[in-house]
Order: sequence, then C-alpha cells, then structure tokens
Amino acid sequence: MKIFRIFAKQASAPVARERLQVLLAHERASVGNSDLVTLLREEILAVIAKHVQIDRDKVNVKMERGAKVSTLAVDLEIPLDTGAKAA
Amino acid sequence: MGKVIVVTSGKGGVGKTTSSAALGAALALRGDKVVVVDFDVGLRNLDLVMGAERRVVYDLVNVIQGDAKLSQALIRDKRVETLYLLPASQTRDKDNLTEEGVERVIGALRKAFDWVICDSPAGIERGATLAMRHADVAVVVTNPEVSSVRDSDRIIGLLDAKTAKAERGERVEKHLLLTRYDPNRAERGDMLKVDDVLEILSIPLLGIIPESMDVLRASNVGAPVTLADSRSAPAVAYLDAVRRLTGETVPITIPGEKRSLLGKIFGRRAA
Repeated sequence: MKIFRIFAKQASAPVARERLQVLLAHERASVGNSDLVTLLREEILAVIAKHVQIDRDKVNVKMERGAKVSTLAVDLEIPLDTGAKAA
Repeated sequence: MGKVIVVTSGKGGVGKTTSSAALGAALALRGDKVVVVDFDVGLRNLDLVMGAERRVVYDLVNVIQGDAKLSQALIRDKRVETLYLLPASQTRDKDNLTEEGVERVIGALRKAFDWVICDSPAGIERGATLAMRHADVAVVVTNPEVSSVRDSDRIIGLLDAKTAKAERGERVEKHLLLTRYDPNRAERGDMLKVDDVLEILSIPLLGIIPESMDVLRASNVGAPVTLADSRSAPAVAYLDAVRRLTGETVPITIPGEKRSLLGKIFGRRAA
C-alpha cells in the first residue's frame, strides 16, 4: 500500500465515507436521546439529594458514546459539613 | 387531491431551487397541473430561476396574512401552461409564516393542483420545518460531499419526526436526489460514490444529476433546466427522476457515463 501512495495521492472518498459512517452512527443515537442526559441528571440528583445535600451547580453528568458501549459519568461535589443530613 | 412534495436538504447551495424548478417543469410537461412554492421567505430565488422575477405582485406571506387571494399570488409560467409559481416574500422574514396559514394555503393548493412542490429554505429552522410540514413525499437533495450528507441525514430524521404525517403515525415517502455528481471524480476516488451515499443515508434513489454547465446556463436565462434544453444531461436526469416519482420503473443511469467510459480507459492506462 505504502509503495502506491508514493506514486499517487490516496483516494479521499473512502476516508470521507468512513468518517461519515462513524459520525452519523453517533449523531443518530444522540438526536433521539438529547433529553436522556437531562432526565438522568434530574433523577440521579433527586435520589442523591434524599440522602446528602448537594450543590446543584457542582454536578456534571456526561455521556460518552463508544462503538460498543457508552459510559455515563456523574461527577458531583458533596460538601463536608452537610454530609450528615441523613443521619 | 394533489400530492405535496418537499424539496429539502438542510445544507444550502446543493440545488434545492434548481431541482424544484426542474422537477416542477418536468411534471407539468406531462400535462399535470403543478405549483412550485418558494418557502425561502426573505431570500426568494425560485422566481429568478424560473424567469418570473418581474411578474411577482403578491407572495406567500401576503396570502397567509390575508392581504391577497391565492389566485392573485399565483404566477402562471409562460412556457408551460400547467405550471405555476407561488413566490416567497423578499422583504419580510420567516416569522411571518404561521403554522395555520401554511396549512390553509397548502390545503387549498392540494385541492387545485396535481402536484404541490415546496422548495424548502436551507437550515432546520422554522422555514424548513414548515416547508416539510404537510409533505406526502420528500426529495432530499444531496451532494456527494461530507457536510451535505451529514445535513441530509439530519433532515431525514426531521422528516420522520416533525411532519404532520409522522405525527399521525404515518411515514413521509423519502427519495434521494444526488446532485452535482461528477462520475470522473468519483471514479478516481475523490468523490463519494453513489453507493456510498446510498448506504449511508439508506433511502431510495430518485436520480443522479450530473455536475453540468447546463444548470448554470439555464438559471442565467431564467428557465428550469428541463425546459431550457430538454436533451442536456441534467435535464434528461431530471426527466427520468420525474418518471420514477410518478411510479414508472426507470433504470438508474449515471449521467455522462459515456464520457467517463473514455475517461476510464485513459485512467487505467495512466495507472
């Protein structure tokens, strides 16, 4: 393959095709689910808030989509002095 | 009751207006009564492409707002007598299109015409969603180029979600119209091939319109490309597309293939 590349520019269409396939697979999945992260965020927060006091501004919910699995990361700060609420 | 077709794409400059005019004229040439409606309020151009720019008195917004009757706003084509144009307003903006107003106008046109072709503005905002709102059939105009394909994919999603048909649980019939296709560049591997685009978007192919000087030439003189020179490669491609649209089975040909066959031979020699 590399030998050929020296003589001719590599065809760019296959690259375009592959980039589009990967991108659109992700976009199609996320368009229908654009509210999913918001919904998860609210419900997760409600559950946590039952037991510990949290600052709603210091919560970060992130969803990353991979080819086979997606990951959901919930990152929140729990202030030390309010941790005793549930007790 | 006529059929409502939306010509849409998401991305601008891919050939929506050219295609609306060409398909409309081709349908009218069959004797069907056709109206082409410009939804690009504020940036109208269908009148110019169809050569009726000096005959616009009233427009779509006037009709929606009750300032003019539909019959006053419709412009009859001077070449094909069953072809009509409903121009967009140039001075107002898209906020003047109301959902009820559009529904009323499309409903009235559907009763009076065999085909109502809605030329959508670019984007996915109000103008574009209203243009597709009442469509039975969608012609998704796409260039073999990454940003156009991505935007078309988005539009296909909207057609399945935001149209009146989708809300009733029905499906808008979707067709792909691949425009500005250059068989030589595709053969060289520098342009997405027909099959690539079809595989990615997975909607049936209505036609392939070759990149051609004839398209520019037709718009220069204000004639739909199917009327300007009905034997030119893009005109033949549009005429075939219309036959498919009306249910005929016409084999898909890649226009300009004869020339590209020569190119193929030379291409192979060079390699």
